[in-house]
Amino acid sequence: MQRRDTFWFTVGVAVVLCVVCSCAVSIAVVVLRPQQEMNKTLDRQRNILDATGLALGEFGRPAGELSSKEVADLYGWIDEKLVDLQTGEYTTDIDVAAYDSKAAAKIESQSVEIKNTEYNIGKLRREKIARVYFVKRPDSGKIQQIVLPVYGQGLWSTLYGYLAVKSDLSTVQGLTFYEHAETPGLGGEVDNPAWKSQWEGRQIYGPDGEPKAEVFKGTAPKDNPYAVDGLSGATITSRGVTNLIRYWASDDGYGIYLDKLKQELTSEPKTSGEK
Amino acid sequence: MAKSRVQTVLFGPVVDNNPITLQILGICSALAVSTSMKTAFVMGVSVMVVTAFSNAAVSAIRDYIPSSIRIIVQMVVIASLVIVVDQILKAYMFDISKQLSVFVGLIITNCIVMGRAEGFAMKNGVWISFVDGIGNGLGYALVLLFVGFFRELFGNGSLFGIEILPLDRNGGWYNPNGLMLLPPSAFFLIGMLIWAVRSFKPEQIEEA
Repeated sequence: MQRRDTFWFTVGVAVVLCVVCSCAVSIAVVVLRPQQEMNKTLDRQRNILDATGLALGEFGRPAGELSSKEVADLYGWIDEKLVDLQTGEYTTDIDVAAYDSKAAAKIESQSVEIKNTEYNIGKLRREKIARVYFVKRPDSGKIQQIVLPVYGQGLWSTLYGYLAVKSDLSTVQGLTFYEHAETPGLGGEVDNPAWKSQWEGRQIYGPDGEPKAEVFKGTAPKDNPYAVDGLSGATITSRGVTNLIRYWASDDGYGIYLDKLKQELTSEPKTSGEK
Repeated sequence: MAKSRVQTVLFGPVVDNNPITLQILGICSALAVSTSMKTAFVMGVSVMVVTAFSNAAVSAIRDYIPSSIRIIVQMVVIASLVIVVDQILKAYMFDISKQLSVFVGLIITNCIVMGRAEGFAMKNGVWISFVDGIGNGLGYALVLLFVGFFRELFGNGSLFGIEILPLDRNGGWYNPNGLMLLPPSAFFLIGMLIWAVRSFKPEQIEEA
């Protein structure tokens, strides 16, 4: 028997190898983490800017093509707050920057069960507290838009995205998805700028206050203010998008909060510059 | 003599001994990441880097690896390298790493990497093993790019994200073939590629 096949030599090789490899992996993870965190934040901010249309409006380019400095500048217009979805009140006892809503949705004490709602987003629980984003122009200080994080099941994956709503709290400004794994070219077309641009100006709520926004099956009729064209070959993804918008717009989602916010906005003393 | 050895080891796996078309290894990821040229390219380079360095590392310690745990030793080396590559992609190529998602991690299970470590690096020197890793990675990457070329062009009307055929849904004339973006099309393409290669090189045909 060769020396390298003895019991203790084998154990020794295993131990040394594990130590060396785990050191290499740990070093790579630790050294690269700041850069990765930066990428994640930048990516999130870019998606929010895309949903609000600010990047196209101010720079004429989608947020993906802006430099990190331009993103940081534009993002200065955006305020973040935490909202308790049950009561519609702001929560101030949690640090806004550190709050992770995706993690909260998985923790029992920080989430609630989703019970037979009309609109199925394919999840059993959702977080109690959600983050909302306000867009204010630095010169006026008026709330122009509000951005709501939304998510729901598509065909293969959960679609995570942002829904930007104009200050009347019913007209859509934009919708973007920052994470999904739908089929490229079919359901993956939720990322197509041409499709996304149809959302601008669509109404979320019908006259009775129920969420009506939808992804139509086929070409949406011109006179329907709630619908955008369906994604061809992606019926289930399309239905998923309809459901997730309606769910998060309903009283189970941001509905209660949006009603409160509407009262606040309309009862506010009129200042110049408001339409 | 040494030079010609390097050449055969480096370029052999590109056509004559291609890991995908001849040995039919690494098919799973070839189906998944070849929907566009960009992901195919990054995936190909990642596999090349992992195969080359895992080959070199395994070869460097081949005289010390106890034969009873040699597979697991190779696995640990490969897994560590893959994690490092994945972390680097996440840090410096965030968009692409998002598209590749789990498939970078799955390089660990790519039979090509393991196959070269066990079949070549365990018996050969460090440098030639490294070259062998590059060569096999190259063979894998070229097949991926070949498949990605057709899938992206006919499925999305673009190459490397640059529009070639204007799509009808964006106001152009080309109606894309959705099948191209689904995994079966990669099967057809790889099948046709294997057929083409074996028509030119009948010696690759296995006896029935």
